[in-house]
Amino acid sequence: MSDLVPIDPVAMTVFIAFFVLVTVVGFFAARWKRGDLTQLHEWGLGGRQFGTVISWFLVGGDFYTAYTVIAVPALVYSVGAYGFFALPYTIIVYPFVFAVMPKLWKVAQAKNHITAADYVHGEYGGKWFPAAVALTGIVATMPYIALQLVGMQVVIKGLGVSGEMPLIVAFVILALYTYTSGLRAPAMIAFVKDIMIYIVVIAAVWLIPSKLGGYAHVFDAADAFFKAKGGATGIILKPTQFTAYASLALGSALAAFMYPHTMTAVLSSSSAATVRKNAIFLPAYTLLLGLIALLGYMAIASGIKVHSASDVVPALFGKLFPSWFVGFAAAAIAISALVPAAIMSIGAANLFTRNLWPLMARDITPEKEAKTAKLVSLIVKFGALLFIVFLPTQYAIDLQLLGGVWILQIFPAIVFSLYTRRLNTPGLFLGWLVGIVLGSGMAIAQGLKPVFALHVGGATYPLYIGLIALVVNIVVAFVVSTVTPRRVQVHQAT
Amino acid sequence: MKTSEETKHSWLWLVLLIPYVALLWLPFYNDVRPSLLGFPFFYWYQFLWVPLTSLIIYIVYRGVK
Repeated sequence: MSDLVPIDPVAMTVFIAFFVLVTVVGFFAARWKRGDLTQLHEWGLGGRQFGTVISWFLVGGDFYTAYTVIAVPALVYSVGAYGFFALPYTIIVYPFVFAVMPKLWKVAQAKNHITAADYVHGEYGGKWFPAAVALTGIVATMPYIALQLVGMQVVIKGLGVSGEMPLIVAFVILALYTYTSGLRAPAMIAFVKDIMIYIVVIAAVWLIPSKLGGYAHVFDAADAFFKAKGGATGIILKPTQFTAYASLALGSALAAFMYPHTMTAVLSSSSAATVRKNAIFLPAYTLLLGLIALLGYMAIASGIKVHSASDVVPALFGKLFPSWFVGFAAAAIAISALVPAAIMSIGAANLFTRNLWPLMARDITPEKEAKTAKLVSLIVKFGALLFIVFLPTQYAIDLQLLGGVWILQIFPAIVFSLYTRRLNTPGLFLGWLVGIVLGSGMAIAQGLKPVFALHVGGATYPLYIGLIALVVNIVVAFVVSTVTPRRVQVHQAT
Repeated sequence: MKTSEETKHSWLWLVLLIPYVALLWLPFYNDVRPSLLGFPFFYWYQFLWVPLTSLIIYIVYRGVK
């Protein structure tokens, strides 16, 4: 907080102007592709009618979040090559999306499923396991929303404004237009957000290296910096980091589209072909992400020193860009927080309404359903806001890490069920439980680090905990499903 | 005829595994050299796999349509 910069009126004006623009767009979105917003599939899935272009912006705006723009360069700034695992992660996610998600879309469309837990319910019946899947999604998403707020907080602080007030104002506005417009709001804002982020990143990777003497010099400076720093850092990996890097990339890629926000964005597409085409074109955002990651090295090369690594991007822009562009870049990142935060809260609200609420309510009409979802989206965002205002940021980061491990445990229920009839509820339920308990236990034992050193035959392999837990989960699911009768629903639960 | 075509198609799906092998086996690319336009190999190799993966997905898309 001591390194607060003085407020620049030009940067501030540009920032506010874009924020106002996006707010107008958010409220206007209610009228776009007009639908009956008292129905959940209209409010919460935008009427399942987004074509390739809209979906491209929506998924891109949703998956590559403000927190990514802040945290990935921060990690690269701190440890170097290891922080780059986000790049292979966001490449190998797309063959998976291409192969699996259109299949899921088809089932969801045919049976009017709105959430992943709806799908599990449709395949296996029962209500407790779908509720567990829904709860996993909600709990994993909450800290993710909180981290979007952290991303926003960092850029607002970079403009020289301290305190929580701007954050609260921004989130109240976000909550209101999400409430009125549903998924249409982030879908429309995603256009503005993505175009702004592309402009910022292209300008940054074009201009900054030329100011710093070219990319070769940027990498040399980073190399020298990490050699002086020592430890498990450097511009290439240490051989001991190989398995950690690869397993983080793979585990994150498998988890990515299990989250309610990404699932919501996929299910809002107009057809399975839309999902397939987007798997071809979405990697464009991955190029962007890789370039964003390089900002960490540019910060090193330009001699930026920060107390908290998450300040490197605003500090770098503040040092090298004219003030109007600093405001533009800050607005781009802040708006990048709004789009995923809105979709995450909608995804969580859909899960609650469809899969948890029926456990405690009767006579649910479509109108009541949409009303409840709107209300829950408000509660979810408000909860995230309270979390960030009153608790240390580290809690949100730790919980988001655990959330990644947890969300991966619904993978067998969602993905394997598309391909095999051999699984049943007891198997999947037990596998999920073992995965969650084991994964959380290992993460806590490691002091909330994502990687666990597995000893196999005298050698040590550090591996992503989520992936270890998933493997155990899968084994349990298949073994238990084989020894128990097929298609048994969980009536024993009370 | 139909079965042979289906077999051909199911083989095509396996092409999607190539990016996983290329990016998850670190000894392939954990090196500084050869560098390209100032980018160490580690970086440009991974960047290169972005368009290559798009291309691979496109090939499968065309093949199984």
